[in-house]
Amino acid sequence: MTDRARTAAPVLTVLAALAALWYLAAFLTGGGPRAIVPAPHEVAFAVAQGVFGAPVTSPHSLIYHAAVTAATALAGFALACVVGILLAVAIVHQRVLDQSLMPWIVASQTVPVLAIAPMVVVVLGNAGITGLLPKALIAAWLSFFPIATGMVAGLRAPDSLQLDVMRTYSASGWDVFAKLRWPASMSYLFVSLKIAATLAVVGAIVAELPTGAQAGLGARLLAGSYYGQTLQIWAALCMAALLSLAAIGATDLAQRALIRSRGGRA
Amino acid sequence: MNALAPLLFAGLVLGCWQLACVGFGVPAVLLPPPSGIAAAFAAHLPMLWADFVQTVVRSVVPGYLIGCGAGFLVALGLDRSRFLMRGVMPVAGVFGALPIVGIAPIAVMWFGFDWPSKAAVAAAMTFFPMLVGTAAGLAGSGAMERDLMRSYAANYPQTLRHLRLPAALPLIFNALKLNSTLALIGAIVAEFFGTPIVGMGFRISTEAARLDLDVVWAEIALAAFAGSSIFALLTALERAVLFWEGSRR
Repeated sequence: MTDRARTAAPVLTVLAALAALWYLAAFLTGGGPRAIVPAPHEVAFAVAQGVFGAPVTSPHSLIYHAAVTAATALAGFALACVVGILLAVAIVHQRVLDQSLMPWIVASQTVPVLAIAPMVVVVLGNAGITGLLPKALIAAWLSFFPIATGMVAGLRAPDSLQLDVMRTYSASGWDVFAKLRWPASMSYLFVSLKIAATLAVVGAIVAELPTGAQAGLGARLLAGSYYGQTLQIWAALCMAALLSLAAIGATDLAQRALIRSRGGRA
Repeated sequence: MNALAPLLFAGLVLGCWQLACVGFGVPAVLLPPPSGIAAAFAAHLPMLWADFVQTVVRSVVPGYLIGCGAGFLVALGLDRSRFLMRGVMPVAGVFGALPIVGIAPIAVMWFGFDWPSKAAVAAAMTFFPMLVGTAAGLAGSGAMERDLMRSYAANYPQTLRHLRLPAALPLIFNALKLNSTLALIGAIVAEFFGTPIVGMGFRISTEAARLDLDVVWAEIALAAFAGSSIFALLTALERAVLFWEGSRR
């Protein structure tokens, strides 16, 4: 057996077992368009119909809804990157901030984001801000946390030996940051970014629930739940899964490109 | 001193908030001052308590325990088979990266409006991080230590009990802490897809729609308090159990 076959065989076995279990559950609970558990091929058909069955701009198209959610997630993710990295840089360079800010960054995540979501929407709505921004803020709230904590660890990764070398060269604070701390933090950053990417998708979907959004995968989930359209829920769920896998894949590609541009092998 | 800094910071933020609200005459529908939130908290104590019991005690805690317990046991079970471990872990990793909250409408359809559906979402969300964390922890003990156990003729349960489970504990606690917030999010999201008319998620969405923002903020304060308390409890437990781990954060 080759290496690839050695990892593929167990995974395929497990996937086959899962599919078999799923079919069994679908068979036991009875089929039909409003089935409690629709069979895998029915879900696949619903996804295919949603993707290919309608023009991309129509509200019947799953691509359209996925794009709306993806735009929110992307905006939130970008915001989270900026805030998370700036917070980490500030925390690493200011002891006072480390002690006063860090506990609150942790506490911010123990507040369930959905508790904040309707608030954000109402308050920003009163201030005349609607549309993408409130949802993006909610996505950013979820995804800045791994970036901030990961970057704090990454910027602190250089050991005292390396810091001493920088001091021997009488490097300025900026040089220490730009030539040692920042490059050293990159591997930490990308691990965090992959977690943050999926969290941004979760945040975008969750944000669509209380905002009464007309479009987006979260809105599809809510509509499917109101009208008892099981297949619609499952199809939206599949699209959400594909979306977060695509987000992780894109982050991975960016990491490889960065490593290659630095002359590494990836 | 260490505990004082975050408290001072909080006091500063709350003080500025109160001053800005009163000083600039911010309307209460935009942002109520902290004193107004405290008053709302005191005025609605029985309602807040009922919401707390419904969401945290009935939904989050059972779901959390079921999800974490199942993840832990499945990881222990898989540990005996190399083949299954190799097959399940990549799949579990992918599932862990998916937006599992999305199953909330399906859970409501399966388990009804009351707390079982909320507990189910919380359990599904906490299962995969626990499974992956425990499995990674069990695989983490060093080859040298394992060889030592073998040279003592320790059998599988003994090695597990004295070496591999203790070595896995840091990662297990990591998963437990991460899961504590996930379970709360899962339960509150599930309340958007249908509830008996009680619960923190339900209350926040209805009161926000009625622009009773002081009640909403009181509910948020309660949620923050509940989340932070669970987190603090887990951290204290971690300190007590992992006393040998040098410097904890």
